Formats: sequence, C-alpha cells, structure tokens
Amino acid sequence: MEFFFEVLIGGLLAGVMYSLVAIGFVLIYKASGVFNFAQGSMVLFAALTFVSLHERGMPFWLAFAVTLAAMVAIALLVERLVLRPLVNRSPITLFMATLGLSYMIEGAAQALWGAQVHGLELGISDEPLALGGVLLSQFDLFAAGTAAVLVTALSLLFSKTRIGLSLRAVADDPLAALAVGIRLQRIWAVVWAVAGFVGLVAGLLWGARLGVQFSLSLVVLKALPVLIIGGFSSIGGAIVGGLIIGASEKLAEIYLGPVIGGGLENWFPYVLALLFLLVRPAGLFGERAIERV
Amino acid sequence: MFKPTFARSLVLALSLAAAAVTAQAEPEQYFPLQSYRVGPYAAGGTGFFGGFIDYMQYVNANGGVNGVKLTWSECETEYVVEKGVECYERLKKGLNGAPAAATNPLSVGIAYATLDRSTADKLPLITINHGRTDSTDGSVFPYAFPLQLNPYSEVSAIVNYIGKQAGGLDKLKGQKIVTLYHGSPYGKETIPVLDLLAKKYGFTVEHVEVPHPGNEQQSQWLNIRRAKPDWVILRGWGVMNPVALKTAQKVGFPANRIIGNIWSNSEDDAAPAGAAAKGFISITTHPSGTEFPVLKGIKKQVVDAGKGNLADPKRFGSVYYNLGVVNGILNIEALRIAQDKFGKKPLSGEQVRWGFENLKLDDARLKSLGALGLVQPLKLSCADHEGGGAVRFQQWDGQKWSVISDWVQADRALLRPIIEESARKYAKEKGITPRDCGKEG
Amino acid sequence: MLYNEAGQFSISYAGERRLFRLRQDRRALALLLAFAFVIVPFVGNDYWFSAILIPFLVLSLAGLGLNLLTGYAGQLSLGSAAFMAVGAFAAYNFGLRLPGLPLLACLFLGGVTAALVAVVFGLPSLRIKGFYLIVSTLAAQFFVSWALTKFGWFSNDNASGVISAPPLTIFGVDFSAPVGRYLLTLSVVAALFWLGKNLVRSELGRNWMAVRDMDTAAAVIGIPLLKTKLLAFALSGFFLGIAGSLWAFTYLGTVEPHGFDLNRSFQVLFIIILSGLGSILGNFLGAAFMVLFPLLLSNLAGALPVGLIDPGQLENLQKFIFGALIIAFLIKEPEGLARLWQRFRERVRLWPLRY
Repeated sequence: MEFFFEVLIGGLLAGVMYSLVAIGFVLIYKASGVFNFAQGSMVLFAALTFVSLHERGMPFWLAFAVTLAAMVAIALLVERLVLRPLVNRSPITLFMATLGLSYMIEGAAQALWGAQVHGLELGISDEPLALGGVLLSQFDLFAAGTAAVLVTALSLLFSKTRIGLSLRAVADDPLAALAVGIRLQRIWAVVWAVAGFVGLVAGLLWGARLGVQFSLSLVVLKALPVLIIGGFSSIGGAIVGGLIIGASEKLAEIYLGPVIGGGLENWFPYVLALLFLLVRPAGLFGERAIERV
Repeated sequence: MFKPTFARSLVLALSLAAAAVTAQAEPEQYFPLQSYRVGPYAAGGTGFFGGFIDYMQYVNANGGVNGVKLTWSECETEYVVEKGVECYERLKKGLNGAPAAATNPLSVGIAYATLDRSTADKLPLITINHGRTDSTDGSVFPYAFPLQLNPYSEVSAIVNYIGKQAGGLDKLKGQKIVTLYHGSPYGKETIPVLDLLAKKYGFTVEHVEVPHPGNEQQSQWLNIRRAKPDWVILRGWGVMNPVALKTAQKVGFPANRIIGNIWSNSEDDAAPAGAAAKGFISITTHPSGTEFPVLKGIKKQVVDAGKGNLADPKRFGSVYYNLGVVNGILNIEALRIAQDKFGKKPLSGEQVRWGFENLKLDDARLKSLGALGLVQPLKLSCADHEGGGAVRFQQWDGQKWSVISDWVQADRALLRPIIEESARKYAKEKGITPRDCGKEG
Repeated sequence: MLYNEAGQFSISYAGERRLFRLRQDRRALALLLAFAFVIVPFVGNDYWFSAILIPFLVLSLAGLGLNLLTGYAGQLSLGSAAFMAVGAFAAYNFGLRLPGLPLLACLFLGGVTAALVAVVFGLPSLRIKGFYLIVSTLAAQFFVSWALTKFGWFSNDNASGVISAPPLTIFGVDFSAPVGRYLLTLSVVAALFWLGKNLVRSELGRNWMAVRDMDTAAAVIGIPLLKTKLLAFALSGFFLGIAGSLWAFTYLGTVEPHGFDLNRSFQVLFIIILSGLGSILGNFLGAAFMVLFPLLLSNLAGALPVGLIDPGQLENLQKFIFGALIIAFLIKEPEGLARLWQRFRERVRLWPLRY
C-alpha cells in the first residue's frame, strides 16, 4: 500500500510539472483562440537562454530578467509578424502557423546557444524526504509550490487588474471587447508575454530536473492530453488535468506495464484523453462545447 | 635528448621512402565523414569527429601512411538517417581522384540504412562500439565492422565485472540485476543475452523500459527501488542518462551501483546530472585523459599548431574525443596493413576491407603507436569483425572520469552461436549466400 | 502561342470528363512521363537516384496521402508517419510469412493494413473535430511506434528491431540496382497519382470537399458523414502505407520504427502546407522543395568562402528558415506552390495576350 501511495504521489507531482507547461497554452488559447504548439519550444528557448547567460557568469536574477526581456520581445514579434496577418483565419491554419513558429524558435535557440546539454542547479537538494515510510522528492514539492504560486498570481491578475479584466472580456467575446474599446493586439502581446514568463518558469524547473537540452521542447506533447482533460480555457482545469494525467500514467506504468508491456507513458495519456473526449468533448472545465453534427 | 619515439622513427622511415618516390601528384587516401555538428546529438559528433580528424592531421604531419597523405571532407547529417544516406551517396566516389577508404557514420540508423549499399559499393562500413550485433559475423556481412565491442559483448563484460565485485562468477547466484533500457531497438537488443547469462549464472534479471526520449523516469525508478536490485545496468541514450541519475537520487538509489553502458559513458551523460552523478560507474573502450603518448603527440603537432578541430579546447581528451582518436587509429592501421599487401598507394574500399579483416593490434604495436591502455588488443578475421570484446570500467567523481579497472573481457565464445544464428536468419531473409571463411586468404 | 486552344471542343460526355482536356496538356504529360521513364534512367547517376529522385517520389506520395485526408476531407492528422510505419512493417511481414507472395502484392496488402489501422484511429473523428483530432492521430503516432518496438514479432525478432527490404524482384526481373529501384518507385507512384487524381474528381472526392467546407451542410444534403470521413482515413492510410513501404524498401533498404517518428509526420504535413491543401500536383512541388532545399543549403555551406559563415550555423538556420517559410506561406499564399503553378499556367494559356 505504501508503494501505491508513493507511485500516486510521485505521479501527482509529475503532473504538476505537466500543468506548468499547460498553463501557458491555456493563457494563449483563452485570449486568442490559438492552440499554440510553440509553447514547448518557448520553454526550451527560455531555459537555454537563461542557462547560457548564467554559465557566462551572469548572476541569477539578472539572467532571469534578461531572459524575460527576450521572451517579451519574442511575444511582440509573434504578435506583429504572425498573429496580426493571420487574424480571422481558421484554427487549423493558426495551429500550423504555431508549428512553423516552434521550428523557428528551436532553430534560433540552436543557432544562438549551440546544442550541448547544460546542467542547471537551482540550489534545491533532491535528497528524498521520508514521510511515514513514503519517499517524497523535495524538488517536486518545490515545483508544486511554484505552480501553486503561479496559479494564484495568474488568477489575481485575471480577477483584480484592469488588464486581466480585458483579457477575460476578449476571451468571452472578442467582438464585444473590441466594441468597448479594448485593444485586441495589445492584449495578445501581453498574453504571449505572460505565456513566455510561464514558459521561463516551467523551463527552469524542467531544466533543473532533466538538464537543459533539446528534448525539453517535447514537454508540449505531455501538455496536450492535460489540456484535453482539463479543458482548453481553464487554468484550474490545467492543474487538475495535469494531476489526472500524471497519476494515471505512473500507475499504468507500474500496474498495467507488466501486463501489456512497459514503456507505455508516451501513448497512454493520449488514449486516456481520447476516451475523455468521447465522453466529455469539452474537457472537465472547458467552456465551449465542440459543435456536433 | 633524442628519444626514438614512434613518430620520429616513422618520419625517418618515411623520409627514406619518400626519396624513392618520384615526384608525382601527391597520392591521397580519402575518408568521407558523415559528421554531425549540429542537432540534438552534436556533443557526441563534435567530439568524435574532432578526435578522428585530429588524428588524421597528426598522421599527415608525420608523413601520412607510407607516404600516402590522408584527405577528408565533411557532410552534415544531424544524425538524421536520410541526410546520412544522401551524404553517403555524395561522398562514396572519393574526392578529386582520391579513393574512399571506409565510412564511419557513428549513428545506428545511418549504419543500417547504408549497410546494403556498402556491400554493393564495396566500401567498408565501420560501426565502432555499436551497429548490428550480428554483423560481427563477417561471412554474412563482409563489409560491416562493429569494431571493438558489439552490444552483446558489452553486457557480458558488465556481468563479468559484477561477478568480480561479488568475488567470482559463482557468487552471482541469487543476485538481482535490473536493466533500465531506452525504449528503442538499440535499448532492447541485449535482453535475450542478459536472460541467457542470468540462466547460466543463476542471478535474476528484470528489464525496465524507459520510453524515448526518457525525460520522465519516476515510475521506472520506483519500480527499481521496490525490486531492491544489487546493480542497475543503464542502457541509455542522450538525455535519458542524466535524468536516470537524477531520478535515482530522488528515490534514494546509490549512483555507485549503477553501471552505464557504452552510450552512457561520456562527460555529457554524467555532468548535467550534477551532484547526482557522483560515483556513477560506466564501461568504456577508450579511457578519457590526455596522458597517452599519442594524445601528447596530437597536442604538440596539431592542437598547439593551431590546427585542432575542437571548437572547445577543454574537451581535448574527453571520452568522445578519445573515441574519435581510437577510431582513427583503427582505420589507419587497417589501411597500413592493406598497403603491406596491395602496395603503398591509395587503395580501393575492397582492398581496405582486407586490411580490416586482417587487423591485428598487440601490445607491442599499441606501444609503438603510443596508445597502450587507450585501445584494447584486437585481432579481426573473416569470421570475426569485432575483435576485442573487452572494456574498462570508469567512475565519475563529479568532475571527470577515472579508470577503475583493467580490461575486462566478454565471454565471446558463449555469445558466438547466438550471433551466428541471427546472421543466418538475416542471410535467409535477404537471399545472401554466406562466404566460406575457411577459403579466405 | 504555346497554348492554341482554338478548335478543341468536347464533343462527347467522355471527352468532357477527361483528366486533361487540352491537347497541349496531354502532350506535355506524355513527354514528361517519357522523360521520367526513358531518358532519366540513362542520364541519371546513382547519387541522383538514391539521394534525390527516390525520396522525392516517395515523399510526393506521402504528401498525396495526407492531402486526401487533410486537404480534401479537412481532417487534420499528425499521425502520417505511423501509417507509413504500419505499411512498411505489414508489407515486410506479408513477404516474410507468405513466401512466394509477389512484391507488388506485399505493397498492396501493406497499404490495406495501414488503411485499416487508419480507420480505427479515424473513428473518433465522428465525435470530435478540428484540432482536437490531433489527439487521436497523435495517439496513433505514439502507439504504433511503441507496439512495433515492443513486440519483436513485427521485425521477425531481429535483435536490433530493424526490418530490411526483401529481394526486389518482380516477374523474375531484379530491381535492386539504383535505376531499378527508381523505376519501381516511379511506376508505383505514377499509378497511385493517377488513382488519386481520379479519386478527388469522383463523387467521393466531392463529398470530402463538402465535408471539409461545412460538414453540417453536407449532412443536411444527404452526404453520409460516417462513410465519407472513414473512407478519407482509409484511403489516406492506404497511400501513406504504400509510401512507407517504398521508403523502407526502395529508398533506405531498411527501417526501424524510430524512422517513422513525429518528425516524419511533421515533414509530411509541411509538404502539404507548402504544396497547397487540396491539390494533387502540388504534392510533387512540395516534396521537391523538401528534398532539394536542405541539399541546396548543405552544398551552399560547402561552396561559400571560408570564414564568411560557419557551415554548421547554416545547417542550424535550416530549421529556422523552414519554420519561417511555413508561416510565410500560410500568410501570403495559403494555397501553396500549386497556386503559383496555376497562375503561371493561366498566364501561359493567354500568352502573348495580357488577358
């Protein structure tokens, strides 16, 4: 039983890491209806930029600030060069454009910083904590704490600030928002910048976990099922979806693996998400139902 | 202060030979390099091809091979199979009349895709420390050379080492070993061999798969912790290695009970895991370090002359760099042996192949090459394209690797029948009639 | 006055329905085919066959397969590579387990198997639409490569998990030389393109387009959605499956499951974005670009004066340039290279007049 709990808690904590990436998606989807496949490469770019600056002797916070500035610059460029010309096009077209964008960002990251693997130490020791016979990872707990802080900050941003209100207005009805004088383009730039910030935080945590290298951009593939389960437009949903995916994939690996063959964590979340979609096409907390025929 | 080093005696011999050669156009022997310097695996590529090129420069600086200068050109593959095939086709014809000697793609996928082509084009395909295990059987694979170590020998040597630690192979009974393998053909390849060894020595083995790319290993390590094995064998690749070490620390499994295989043994595999990697053991066919005479020679004549190929001079003597040097030594030695038979001129791929099949490196020869302890003694034949099958063990101290054992030999006699059977199966599939190795001169 | 269309009238319904109604087009096509089948084998060399022409043909076919599904029927898929893998491994196993089965039959059966698998993963498309579908196709992508790696039977228990091409003989003629492999690929691809071209002009093709443009309306006028969508998945899978087996048999000669990973799916998707969604001929243009562009960069890297730009850097920029091109095409020319070609043809048909 202890072992079961260990797997479960480990899975939940891993799920929090997925949620961190998924939150970036939700932000952009809410504000502009774009399913941003480039979120993964943004995570990679942020982590790689930070680590390269830090290795060149920049102090932690300065490197953080410079990277954040770079992410904001990317956000502005994306809004100007990609989103603006593609306004009012079909979601599939926008999705493909973000695919192209992810190639661009990855290529740029590689051209700028090279391709070697960087270690990243955030100064959190990862000796396991024993709690009543169950081992817990300090680092994962820290990551979960970070995610909690992020979610709280984002929900405050959405509910208490002017810009957050306009964000919600745009998400609710872009045309009406335009009519009351909200500047859509500025909103998009802000949202992409915030997503860049979330990407940076996720990148640092993931990078500290895995080392900063190219497979970081693949975390996007883990975030997708999370979004399906949690719904594309709810930050809380992203967290819950992450927890569900994390826990179920780990349990499946341990308890189903021996039956049908291990190493199933790549596809299991997708199959789970698919079953979910068939039952609840809008996810757990999704707002917009998918039109049916 | 005149020490008759190998290089000096070579220069002497060559200057005598050079006098005999009429001043024609420089005869050259070409090495096509399907290198990868960008992309996710660039670290391995830059190190390996850096070492390989530097060794060739070193040979050239000392007069080439019996007066035949080496030449090469690179074609970037990014470790992508199609690009590797395109590069192969582009470079196989040689360069400005210099014939190609052999290809060294250092990529399993590219090696598989150029296997048939190599046979058809009569150009040796060198897959040092990797490639198809059954290509060890030269009667079916006349042009493929998994030099030094194939995957089966790897595991066998590791098991022998574990036996040594336990105080003899008979003490293995009742021990428990877990292999954590990359979810790919490469990772799965050694499962049957481990099962065979487990049966033979009476230890239990458990296979745990990590899906590609391997940046999430929580459940696997929890499984391992539950199994409480004596040893974990890590068959990793790329990012999977540092993550494995980090996750091991997370669940409290000691790093000094983890043995990395040949693709989990570089600085790039251990360093990103930071403190979690301290004590991690891995096998190697080519110790890192700069103390070998051949490396000192390269340092003096190539690197210090400003011609070194490495962009980052700190990586001189690293695991991948030294693998490149070892690869260079083996290629050039094969060329030299082939020249003894076919004449001191640029040779065709077919002739170089003969050199590989008759490659023989004993301690005396290694000593004169300045590579004793860097390269294991090898002897290849028509039937055996691997030759060595020995590894040394090294341990990571948080900063660098240090060698902790002498050469440990694999049980090659035990593995041979499995290899032959697999090769026979392949021959049947492809409609190949195996050569009769008894008739090869 | 290349295009003198005067006096060419359709005088029967059959004439009205021809693939190419203009004599000039028919002649051009005949010339092109003659060139590809007769001239090229004599003038091409190994490098051109093995490294350029064969991958170009195979990728064109893969593009066609995805274009049927995404371009014509409007179902987005990121699982193309999975269906290619199913085709390759199925064709290999048919040849292995049923000795004596002719090579072309293996290819065909491989395509059929891929079609069946595609239908299974296409089933959710009845409930979910738009880019939610990528979940289903990504599930296919990961599940297929996992299964092919996990179960040794698929690769005949090869320790390295790779499959290699069977002997390429058809009616006793050996096609294993580069020229032979080129001709074999060309014949299969030409036949399938002819099939594809006719498919999209058939009732089924028109139904696909109706579903793509507005499925609610399509259902209202009586188009059976279930059948139409699943047939799109099946036919797309069939074409992709054959492309996969050609990739394994005539192009590389061997393949491992990992060779059909997500990147390959993206590659095929990019081909159809560049070539134009909903075009047949465009797939050739997109595939040609996909094959030749990296080569151009790679050769450019070698040709530039040393020190001007690091060759490695140029390769690095390849990904960047590709991404930029995708975005540029989506913004400027959503109908892709095919549209550029069409414009060119319209100009030529009127030349020397302006309009």
